[in-house]
Amino acid sequence: MKIEFQKKSSALIVKIQGEIDHHCAAIIREKIEKEYQKSDTKNLVFDFEFVTFMDSSGIGMIIGRYKNVLACGGKTAVVNANEKVSKIFQMAGMQKIIPQYQSITEALQQMGGMKNAV
Amino acid sequence: MQYENEMTIQFKAISENEAFARVVAATFVSQLNPTVSDITDIKTAVSEAVTNAIIHGYENKEGIVTLFCGYIEDKVSIIVTDKGKGIKDIEQARQPLYTSKPELERSGMGFTVMETFMDDMTIESVEGVGTKITMTKIVNKNTFL
Ligand SMILES: Nc1ncnc2c1ncn2[C@@H]1O[C@H](COP(=O)(O)OP(=O)(O)O)[C@@H](O)[C@H]1O
Ligand SMILES: [Mg+2]
Repeated sequence: MKIEFQKKSSALIVKIQGEIDHHCAAIIREKIEKEYQKSDTKNLVFDFEFVTFMDSSGIGMIIGRYKNVLACGGKTAVVNANEKVSKIFQMAGMQKIIPQYQSITEALQQMGGMKNAV
Repeated sequence: MQYENEMTIQFKAISENEAFARVVAATFVSQLNPTVSDITDIKTAVSEAVTNAIIHGYENKEGIVTLFCGYIEDKVSIIVTDKGKGIKDIEQARQPLYTSKPELERSGMGFTVMETFMDDMTIESVEGVGTKITMTKIVNKNTFL
């Protein structure tokens, strides 16, 4: 599993490559929390284009980040959810809580807002 | 039950072995030449059961998890066993969104995933003795040669 961060306008973009299970979710959680605290962006975007596997521990990790981001007044979104994750997303009813977009550009447009500008 | 082929592995209850266990199961089941989506379903179910054994059964303390995989024709059976703390209320544990460890950011969807991704899932558990999860799935075989 590999994780990369990128800042684009109002959002911290988290690109995850590889598998998200309980073992990796713990590592991902810690890295995102650290990066999000440092960052002046309040929104969080998960880019799942290169995720090859995810189980319910991944769902728990995403919901956990969503709650923390919400507590800071931010929004969470998922982009590029591929066929490897879409079944578990649907089963867990994720689309009711966390919006999914086709691209990072679309997510940024829909989310808007800078942390310091609010 | 007479299987055409079967295998059993035992491994330490550490989170690194979650990936190991699902790869072993996927590789074994591949002998049936199932579709990619069936393999993914089986990998996910194995991951859920093994993770539960590690974090709920043994609560990250020392222990051994056993994974059995067998098949006969197109029917795959997976059994994951731990000798951990066991489940007091199985009906409650099965409920979607129920988790005894919300502080660990559990989603409570593990058993629901196993039920949805496999054809059948049974839980046998005795408090203080351990837990045995049995799952079966009829796989669709790829038709090309
Ligand atoms: N092997 C096990 N040993 C003991 N308790 C278990 C085991 N598997 C599951 N449980 C119990 O069942 C509950 C529901 O499991 P699950 O649906 O996988 O959700 P989660 O793992 O997110 O808590 C767990 O929170 C735990 O209390
Ligand atoms: Mg679970």
